Amino acid sequence: MKVKMLSRNPDNYVRETKLDLQRVPRNYDPALHPFEVPREYIRALNATKLERVFAKPFLASLDGHRDGVNCLAKHPEKLATVLSGACDGEVRIWNLTQRNCIRTIQAHEGFVRGICTRFCGTSFFTVGDDKTVKQWKMDGPGYGDEEEPLHTILGKTVYTGIDHHWKEAVFATCGQQVDIWDEQRTNPICSMTWGFDSISSVKFNPIETFLLGSCASDRNIVLYDMRQATPLKKVILDMRTNTICWNPMEAFIFTAANEDYNLYTFDMRALDTPVMVHMDHVSAVLDVDYSPTGKEFVSASFDKSIRIFPVDKSRSREVYHTKRMQHVICVKWTSDSKYIMCGSDEMNIRLWKANASEKLGLTSREKAAKDYNQKLKEKFQHYPHIKRIARHRHLPKSIYSQIQEQRIMKEARRRKEVNRIKHSKPGSVPLVSEKKKHVVAVVK
Amino acid sequence: MTANRLAESLLALSQQEELADLPKDYLLSESEDEGDNDGERKHQKLLEAISSLDGKNRRKLAERSEASLKVSEFNVSSEGEKLVLADLLEPVKTSSSLATVKKQLSRVKSKKTVELPLNKEEIERIHREVAFNKTAQVLSKWDPVVLKNRQAEQLVFPLEKEEPAIAPIEHVLSGWKARTPLEQEIFNLLHKNKQPVTDPLLTPVEKASLRAMSLEEAKMRRAELQRARALQSYYEAKARREKKIKSKKYHKVVKKGKAKKALKEFEQLRKVNPAAALEELEKIEKARMMERMSLKHQNSGKWAKSKAIMAKYDLEARQAMQEQLSKNKELTQKLQVASESEEEEGGTEDVEELLVPDVVNEVQMNADGPNPWMLRSCTSDTKEAATQEDPEQLPELEAHGVSESEGEERPVAEEEILLREFEERRSLRKRSELSQDAEPAGSQETKDSGSQEVLSELRVLSQKLKENHQSRKQKASSEGTIPQVQREEPAPEEEEPLLLQRPERVQTLEELEELGKEECFQNKELPRPVLEGQQSERTPNNRPDAPKEKKKKEQMIDLQNLLTTQSPSVKSLAVPTIEELEDEEERNHRQMIKEAFAGDDVIRDFLKEKREAVEASKPKDVDLTLPGWGEWGGVGLKPSAKKRRRFLIKAPEGPPRKDKNLPNVIINEKRNIHAAAHQVRVLPYPFTHHWQFERTIQTPIGSTWNTQRAFQKLTTPKVVTKPGHIINPIKAEDVGYRSSSRSDLSVIQRNPKRITTRHKKQLKKCSVD
Repeated sequence: MKVKMLSRNPDNYVRETKLDLQRVPRNYDPALHPFEVPREYIRALNATKLERVFAKPFLASLDGHRDGVNCLAKHPEKLATVLSGACDGEVRIWNLTQRNCIRTIQAHEGFVRGICTRFCGTSFFTVGDDKTVKQWKMDGPGYGDEEEPLHTILGKTVYTGIDHHWKEAVFATCGQQVDIWDEQRTNPICSMTWGFDSISSVKFNPIETFLLGSCASDRNIVLYDMRQATPLKKVILDMRTNTICWNPMEAFIFTAANEDYNLYTFDMRALDTPVMVHMDHVSAVLDVDYSPTGKEFVSASFDKSIRIFPVDKSRSREVYHTKRMQHVICVKWTSDSKYIMCGSDEMNIRLWKANASEKLGLTSREKAAKDYNQKLKEKFQHYPHIKRIARHRHLPKSIYSQIQEQRIMKEARRRKEVNRIKHSKPGSVPLVSEKKKHVVAVVK
Repeated sequence: MTANRLAESLLALSQQEELADLPKDYLLSESEDEGDNDGERKHQKLLEAISSLDGKNRRKLAERSEASLKVSEFNVSSEGEKLVLADLLEPVKTSSSLATVKKQLSRVKSKKTVELPLNKEEIERIHREVAFNKTAQVLSKWDPVVLKNRQAEQLVFPLEKEEPAIAPIEHVLSGWKARTPLEQEIFNLLHKNKQPVTDPLLTPVEKASLRAMSLEEAKMRRAELQRARALQSYYEAKARREKKIKSKKYHKVVKKGKAKKALKEFEQLRKVNPAAALEELEKIEKARMMERMSLKHQNSGKWAKSKAIMAKYDLEARQAMQEQLSKNKELTQKLQVASESEEEEGGTEDVEELLVPDVVNEVQMNADGPNPWMLRSCTSDTKEAATQEDPEQLPELEAHGVSESEGEERPVAEEEILLREFEERRSLRKRSELSQDAEPAGSQETKDSGSQEVLSELRVLSQKLKENHQSRKQKASSEGTIPQVQREEPAPEEEEPLLLQRPERVQTLEELEELGKEECFQNKELPRPVLEGQQSERTPNNRPDAPKEKKKKEQMIDLQNLLTTQSPSVKSLAVPTIEELEDEEERNHRQMIKEAFAGDDVIRDFLKEKREAVEASKPKDVDLTLPGWGEWGGVGLKPSAKKRRRFLIKAPEGPPRKDKNLPNVIINEKRNIHAAAHQVRVLPYPFTHHWQFERTIQTPIGSTWNTQRAFQKLTTPKVVTKPGHIINPIKAEDVGYRSSSRSDLSVIQRNPKRITTRHKKQLKKCSVD
């Protein structure tokens, strides 16, 4: 007679470590697990609530500057290293993990207008109000040596911005014109102008590296081709653009931070209509930086807040502010896409989490739970109750009241336009979409 | 560059001008040469002018200013014929000294006029446009990549795959040399042991072991093993199949076949080796003796002792004990009979007997034990009812029958004692044939009870009968002992053994019936009880139908009147009609539940709720009567009925309620505000139809409803980043494009502000457009 023993594979019920949950054989018969939608709904609701509960994005404040922080730069190879230039001409290099300043340089007299690192991370460049471009070594001088720049270029005019090429020993400065410099020479290898206004910032395209974008104070954004040494196209907007930033994953997309409280994402091949108008700020947008994943960007504004926008959404998904943070002048998204840094008027650099409620250092089980919660939130995001909780943010009174005010203004404008259309001959007053409204002209 | 071009164009222009001016120059020079004729000419002109005034001779006379072949006497020049360059060149053709001039002139001749150069802004605009188009073209290669990334289910950053730098160990080792003395020593050792340092990495021993079992051998062995396993599993399956067969007949046949086989073997043994056969017989006999001597059915076992303790309080235990005792008695009785009647040759039967009683016993024990599951299954059977009806009758009858058969057997046994020796031989000789047609032979030979073979056969039959009836008899006896109270309310446990054994009994009874039909006055009484039994069986068979129908009817009523009847009645309906048959425990349980929930009458509450809902949903009448209007008013005065009737606006009958015909449902058609907070009002953006949205909501993604794999797949995040890893901008190499080999710097240094010929062409085209 054959005796049948009950035998089970220990893999099915033995856990790997004692921290694991006990393995339980499951019966997936749907009849045994009823009410899946209500149960998941409640889970989603709880996940949303917890997300709000744990939304504590502020990580650290780096203090040490003696004037407002005017510009920031990331180290291309070290995540923990950040460079900042202040309005008193001081440049500081910070270590984010230790949250302290590791080096201080009195680089310029007057503002440090721009700072950028070389693609290899061995040196960095600064431009200042003293009409100089200076190249510095990333490593500090030896003991007893003086802080001295590697090279100094004395220009004829003030340089207002600088950016380095992503692959080669070339950098670009802007001021009266856009100059392209070879690192080895003291004269620009190429100067490009279009119009006679001062240019406030210039940025290299990170993918097609011969492309440059700049924005000038005569309200326009100009694109240049470095190889052909010529400007390509110019778009004139309602108001001045402060900075642009290229999408690091999509070669032809860039976003412009405008004085009219909005940000405009353009496809550089079709400048007459922005791809998206991002509006939520209540004051001029001063800086913008893309997440390295190219899915989101962060903007710094004069309204003392920074906001995170998804690229394809016109409204921000997050707003960060603290009581002490004043006008935010510069902002950067770290290269691992986890953190955001912002430098502001009141001399501090702040470090934020890119995802406000993200837990750092997850175990695999926690990760699975996080993913599940994320999916649940996504799934039920349209439900009013959940939507309300997920969207709720606390705002300082000034911003809140300004938002209300602007809402009223916008509504009034809209009403007026509707009335105008209503009381004029059909077709005589065209209905202009929000996207097209802000573009004045495209100049070839 | 532009200067150069300008110079060229200027040159061209000047040349043209020169050409155009040539005749003029000539004219001028002529006039200068002929300075002396000036006065004359002026005079002539004046004359002409005057003559032309009259209007008759307005034709202007061409002035001849050079030497020509075609000069007429009348001062007529070659009209309409312009001076062509070729005419001028004619004299040059011959002279070789003017070759350079000739060449220049021919070049000039071939060229057309050049348009004015565009102004600077225009040129720059065109440059920009061309450059922009070119750049846009370059950028368009990213379109598919961008689209793909935007639509991707999951993006994993950083994009560039870090290839794990794992080189095979051989490569690592080959590039490594022993330097220190220790290392050298180790290497020497390794070499001594023929430890391969490089490629195959297997020692000779390992190789040998690998070679030891060749592939074919291994395959053969595996095939063998497979075959063996297949055979085993086949046999196992067969055995299982056979074991599962429920047919009694089949088992009977099998058993018979086995018995036959055993007999044959025994006979063969007898023929071949009589001593061995005798030994075998003795063995069997010994086994029987052992059985008799054992204390198996005395009240001395563990179980019996425990029962004895319980017997004081537990009726069932007492009953079980008594049963056991009676069994013991029976066995001893049987022993005597068997010892008297049976010979040593009935080995096979004995074996059967040895086997059977135990089984029967077990079954009884099981049945006797209060097993509610068994109970439930039995009570559900309709046939069960039949046995419930005549539990007292049947056993008695059967017991009677058994006693009869035993009585019949006894004289036969006496005869047997006398004829034992004869039997031994004959029966053994003829058993094989007899057993084949055991039944008919047995039935026929009961008449003449003299023949021994027949007798033995009959004994076999009767033995069987006895075995079957043993339990029944036992039951009867036990029932006899049960107090009257219990008998009045027959417990299902008592019926069980009957039920279980019934198929067998029916068979035997049928056999007996056949026997009785054929003849045998001795067995006359047997058919009667059987018939009675049948009748008694039939009647209950009819009977259970009645309660069944009743039950059905009641169920119907239940469905209709669920809400109108009172809760107790509902309860009784929920309980099947066989409730009376169920034991008290369950009833007690019910009673307890009833008591526990005595307060809440759920159904009445529900009815009330529904009534209220119906009332609330009914449209209300509007009463517009004004007391005191058109008649006396005041305290205690009511508007007249007529007035009230007149000013009462009856509300129109609303549509029928949806739950009108659903007695146990309340349908509320009003919108619930509290629920609305949890409902989506507008179809969200990416969805085009509401069922799409509903479907996405209805598919659960949690691990409660999905397998682990599916759960993981469903919850994959859209963007995955590695903490602590720098995400670089996308590169052409990342997506499989070839990045440009020339660096931007080299390009810009090679042609600073120079326009290529291609550009020139494009420029021209643009300007023409």
